[in-house]
Amino acid sequence: MAKVLLIAEHDGTSLNPSTAKCVACAAEISGAEIEVAVFAESAGAIAAQAASLDSVSRVLSNEATANRGALAAVLAPQIVAMADSYDYIFGPSTTFGKDLMPRVAALLGVNQISDIMSVEGERVFKRPIYAGSAVVTVEAPAGVPVVATIRTASFRAVGAGNSAPVDAVDVSADIPDHTRFIASETGKSDRPDLQSASRVVAGGRALGSEENFDLIYKLADKLEAGVGASRAAVDAGYVPNEMQVGQTGRIIAPDLYIAIGISGAIQHLTGIKDAGTIVAINKDEEAPIFEVADIGLVGDLFNVVPELTEALD
Amino acid sequence: MEKILVGLKRVVDYNVRVRVKGDGSGVETEGVKMSINPFDEIALEEALRIKERGEANEVVVVSIGSGEAQQQLRTGLAMGADRAILVETVATPDPLSCAHALLEIVKRENPELVILGKQAIDNDNAQTGQMLAALWGRPQGTFASKLEFNGGSVRVTREVDAGLDVIEVDLPAVITADLRLNEPRYVKLPDIMKAKKKPLDQIPLAELSVPDSPAIAETGFEPPAARERGIMVDDVAGLVGALNDKGLL
Ligand SMILES: Cc1cc2nc3c(=O)[nH]c(=O)nc-3n(C[C@H](O)[C@H](O)[C@H](O)COP(=O)(O)OP(=O)(O)OC[C@H]3O[C@@H](n4cnc5c(N)ncnc54)[C@H](O)[C@@H]3O)c2cc1C
Ligand SMILES: Cc1cc2nc3c(=O)[nH]c(=O)nc-3n(C[C@H](O)[C@H](O)[C@H](O)COP(=O)(O)OP(=O)(O)OC[C@H]3O[C@@H](n4cnc5c(N)ncnc54)[C@H](O)[C@@H]3O)c2cc1C
Repeated sequence: MAKVLLIAEHDGTSLNPSTAKCVACAAEISGAEIEVAVFAESAGAIAAQAASLDSVSRVLSNEATANRGALAAVLAPQIVAMADSYDYIFGPSTTFGKDLMPRVAALLGVNQISDIMSVEGERVFKRPIYAGSAVVTVEAPAGVPVVATIRTASFRAVGAGNSAPVDAVDVSADIPDHTRFIASETGKSDRPDLQSASRVVAGGRALGSEENFDLIYKLADKLEAGVGASRAAVDAGYVPNEMQVGQTGRIIAPDLYIAIGISGAIQHLTGIKDAGTIVAINKDEEAPIFEVADIGLVGDLFNVVPELTEALD
Repeated sequence: MEKILVGLKRVVDYNVRVRVKGDGSGVETEGVKMSINPFDEIALEEALRIKERGEANEVVVVSIGSGEAQQQLRTGLAMGADRAILVETVATPDPLSCAHALLEIVKRENPELVILGKQAIDNDNAQTGQMLAALWGRPQGTFASKLEFNGGSVRVTREVDAGLDVIEVDLPAVITADLRLNEPRYVKLPDIMKAKKKPLDQIPLAELSVPDSPAIAETGFEPPAARERGIMVDDVAGLVGALNDKGLL
């Protein structure tokens, strides 16, 4: 048997879709018994969502005010206190998991496997390096727990037809007070969440201004799509940072990705490798984005995009 | 603050298109351009700005790697660091060992602040800073896009998937730099000359007490599954048609 402890990601009220994808990855380990740990100020609803995920055998719910804001320095010692009976400790390769899991690994005295993209054996996994330019097969050493983050874009979320038991757990760990949560400034938007949207429309530097980005929003609204951007567009201040797609932004896998006025730098492409269909609209027929696009259209976005938006009526 | 320690890792330049070797034994790094990890340049820039504001007295750069990493340390000195330390080893160790080695340097230097990059763009692990903070028993402010100092603590604005998080951490602490923390300066020629005179200490890794950590074996490398070049359409009608054919509308 392979006991897996999966750390749930949430925003304080509901479970993040990354967790269901991590469950899918964990379930590929033969004989996996998957337990999900929820650390929250108030865990009830989140734990119930976790318990509904297929393949989950138990949910461990840990409620404490200190858990607010999911601070790595606060969660890590609690996870370590629970770690003893597990062979695997997993988290998503989102900013939440990337912040937390290496701290857990170091406290357990092990290296971490970052960004698992496939399970090849009990302790053998594949992961991307060099912004996805290469894939390396790694094998975790025997006799120590495998601590890893999971590249969520590589896995399809499990279903939600389960009702696993939820147990409250109380862990005794020294919680430091050197780190304090102050605030979250999250972009509130009625559009589908970039990470889980099945369609995404993204704009690049070519948009030229925050006002012009409206063209992207209008097309996205027609398609009920999430909105993404290249780093150049974010750096230029056209859109906020949470919209950045790529090596240092979001790694996403929508069914449809429409890249508009984006050149297709390797750091951008690494964020969309697993997209179903990539559409590129660019005025430069030599743009590298066309090398990976399933459908390419050479043209000026300021003509093409309004025309496309209208054509979708 | 008396001192800020900054990690500089020597990596394949971000403009190089990295290829997997034909026999799958690794990636081709022979003869390719090497640079400071871009996030580490940002880390150093931030440290220099803190010093230039009068909030710190000394900036020390450290690299763990082969003798060739001296190039990157010299660049760091030319940017404005006061002193450099090379922890010499043949092959760069795994992240946990890197973190242990950095901890040993931290114990010798006693910095109030350590700034690393949020990830090295070669191995993309994004672990070292968090591991150092854990081993040191100190706070971490990862993926930082803004730092505001206030006596013995620092307010860190962090770039997270949902937007921005703000946390407050007591010093000493480990910060990892994200892209939008700042824009690094260019090095000027006279500074390169001056940097040659700045101190660069070399310490063999074996001299530091770095415990053996269970290594993760890398058993094979392969190119990523390639995406095929698709079709080109002539106009919007063609695009809508192609999307319809795929059942995407
Ligand atoms: C360490 C590191 C990490 C990075 N991480 C990321 C990341 O996570 N995500 C990311 O996106 N980038 C990242 N980058 C930056 C990346 O290298 C590129 O600089 C960036 O993606 C370029 O954005 P862009 O395609 O919008 O701009 P450009 O490269 O300037 O491309 C603009 C494109 O628009 C086209 N165009 C111009 N006008 C029109 C028009 N009127 N109609 C149609 N097309 C037009 C042009 O032909 C061009 O192809 C990173 C870089 C580094 C060094
Ligand atoms: C099994 C295995 C085999 C390896 N084999 C080799 C090999 O053959 N050759 C080789 O060169 N490396 C090898 N490595 C080294 C390894 O790939 C990384 O260099 C090391 O693990 C750090 O990970 P990262 O670069 O992804 O760091 P990250 O955690 O992504 O780095 C974050 C930040 O930490 C700091 N940092 C990280 N490393 C250093 C450093 N060396 N000096 C200064 N600051 C640093 C930087 O500020 C950096 O921005 C191996 C690692 C493993 C696990």
